[in-house]
Amino acid sequence: MNRPTTDHATLADKFNENEPRVNWHDETLWWVRAKRDRQAWSIPEWELLRETASQIKLNVLGNLHDYLIQFEQQALQNGAVVHWAADAAEHNRIVTTILQRHGVKRMVKSKSMLTEECHLNPHLQANGIEVIDTDLGERIVQLAKEPPSHIVLPCIHKKKEEIGELFHEHLGTPAGNADPQFLTAAARQHLRQEFLQSKAAITGVNFAVAETGEMVVCTNEGNADMGAHLADVHIACMGMEKIVPERKHLGVFLRLLARSATGQPITTYSSHFRKPAPGKELHIVIVDNGRSRQLGREDFRNSLKCIRCGACMNTCPVYRRSGGHSYHTAVAGPIGAILAPNLDMKDYADLPFASTLCGSCSNVCPVKIDIHQQLYKWRQVLVQEGHTSGMKTAGMKVMSAVLSKPGNYKKAGKMGRWVLKAFPGMVNNRFNPWYKQREMPAPPKQSFSEWYAEQQSTKK
Amino acid sequence: MSSREQILAAVKKNQPEATMLPSLQGLSGNMPATLEAYRKVLESLGGSLFEINDTAQITDLLSEHYPHLQRVVFADDKRKWVNDDPHQLEDVDMAVVTGTWGVAENGAIWLTENDIAVRVLPFICQHLAIILPRERILATMHDAYEKMGAPQTGFGVFIAGPSKTADIEQSLVLGAHGAKSLVVFVLG
Repeated sequence: MNRPTTDHATLADKFNENEPRVNWHDETLWWVRAKRDRQAWSIPEWELLRETASQIKLNVLGNLHDYLIQFEQQALQNGAVVHWAADAAEHNRIVTTILQRHGVKRMVKSKSMLTEECHLNPHLQANGIEVIDTDLGERIVQLAKEPPSHIVLPCIHKKKEEIGELFHEHLGTPAGNADPQFLTAAARQHLRQEFLQSKAAITGVNFAVAETGEMVVCTNEGNADMGAHLADVHIACMGMEKIVPERKHLGVFLRLLARSATGQPITTYSSHFRKPAPGKELHIVIVDNGRSRQLGREDFRNSLKCIRCGACMNTCPVYRRSGGHSYHTAVAGPIGAILAPNLDMKDYADLPFASTLCGSCSNVCPVKIDIHQQLYKWRQVLVQEGHTSGMKTAGMKVMSAVLSKPGNYKKAGKMGRWVLKAFPGMVNNRFNPWYKQREMPAPPKQSFSEWYAEQQSTKK
Repeated sequence: MSSREQILAAVKKNQPEATMLPSLQGLSGNMPATLEAYRKVLESLGGSLFEINDTAQITDLLSEHYPHLQRVVFADDKRKWVNDDPHQLEDVDMAVVTGTWGVAENGAIWLTENDIAVRVLPFICQHLAIILPRERILATMHDAYEKMGAPQTGFGVFIAGPSKTADIEQSLVLGAHGAKSLVVFVLG
């Protein structure tokens, strides 16, 4: 079997080397999930809200062509410059060209998973432009030279002592100080200087309103606003699925987003950018990068409803115990596992298998994406397209032969019980992935059918 | 074919059959539009609230609760600073602005560009005070968007509480990049 060294199972193994860390990661995310539940339960209309949001997004997918044109027209009337990028490379080129035209050498960026997806930072760096990530969590992973491990909580995998170390090294804070309050204050000082000096700012987009051409950006820290309002040039990068039809629909999504994400009633700032401030420039980059292809996949198009709240990650038993980096893609967790194969089936063939299909992700999703069903469907597609290992296919064929014929099943059961008893080493070894972190069960004396038959005969 | 045309053609070809937009009726439920409900949520977000009868009380309340303020800016007092470079607002200790609508369910207050005079003002100040007329408190976000209607300005923002982060081990810290504290003066 030739598995790339970066597949989910291998990377999860690495994450699991430190058991107390895994337990802490698991419990922290579950705590966020519990906060989400409390918020959801406090709204009697929660389920109606989810259903409404899902239907609005379905309407968006069915009218996306017209909505995109409407959004563009409105944005142009508002005085913004609209760019279209077919893929990541074009997105990066557009952003670089705007920055070069303004002679920008160093600039601030607030959180945008799209720019992570497009690998914008390394591209800008290669062109001599330094990007300072300004979301605290993103700044921390940037200093650590790592990608974010969670779309809402970028450095959830890091302990405060490690962050204290990083700040000591890069920002000159005293060694050994790992107090979150102190470290946050140090980052505030450091990043204020960057905001004040930056001539350009990049932000993501949470929602783009077709009716008005305005974009809503949500943060708790205020970094998107500090960057965008102080800079001469604001570049907003958006995946084309961020559209909502009308302004009033924002009410539905803003009620759901932060409650689902972190269990807050709303983010501190929900900023509505419509026109550039006098004398300034507002650029909007609308990015496809595989989204139009996903739109054409009937089984998977609903993944484009995603509002990037991260609830599916916080609840996922696999994500919580394997960490975001094990997904080796910008958007980790269950939603990432149904988005990534669309970008590259071969590279991300492992991800739909990194799930127990328990369905918890679908249950918390604020726009009711059938995430676990899509994971299951991706598995079929990946096997049919030949992107899974030969070992797995052979195993499945044996399994199918055994399970489809009662005679074979009985024989195999008998054999299995005998092997487990006589040669436990045959299954309790490192070649059996199920043996990792667990003992194989003791073999029962007889099968259920045998036991049942025995009961029936003793009754008589 | 330009990327724009290429993208739009692909979207047109691949988009599913169009469906109707759902109604937004019945989403607000029985959420209260009261000062008590608003106060409870705002305080849970780390904000504080004072009831006042007259905006003249604000100066005294500020000096009582924020004794070390050096530079205080009132957004409706449009003096020279409005035309200054917004970077000059970096040393503002307290900005006082008037909110348009308050939302009881989440503590958010809607501010437009007209209310804040300079876009960066409510973010760059160390502390923020928002005056909110009592009758402007609504129950939910749906009510807020209904009242707001079509946008009249180039920028608007809902602000709910002080700036915050929990990026370091999920420990909540107030004062990330925006205002370190928020005080709401409910008028009337």
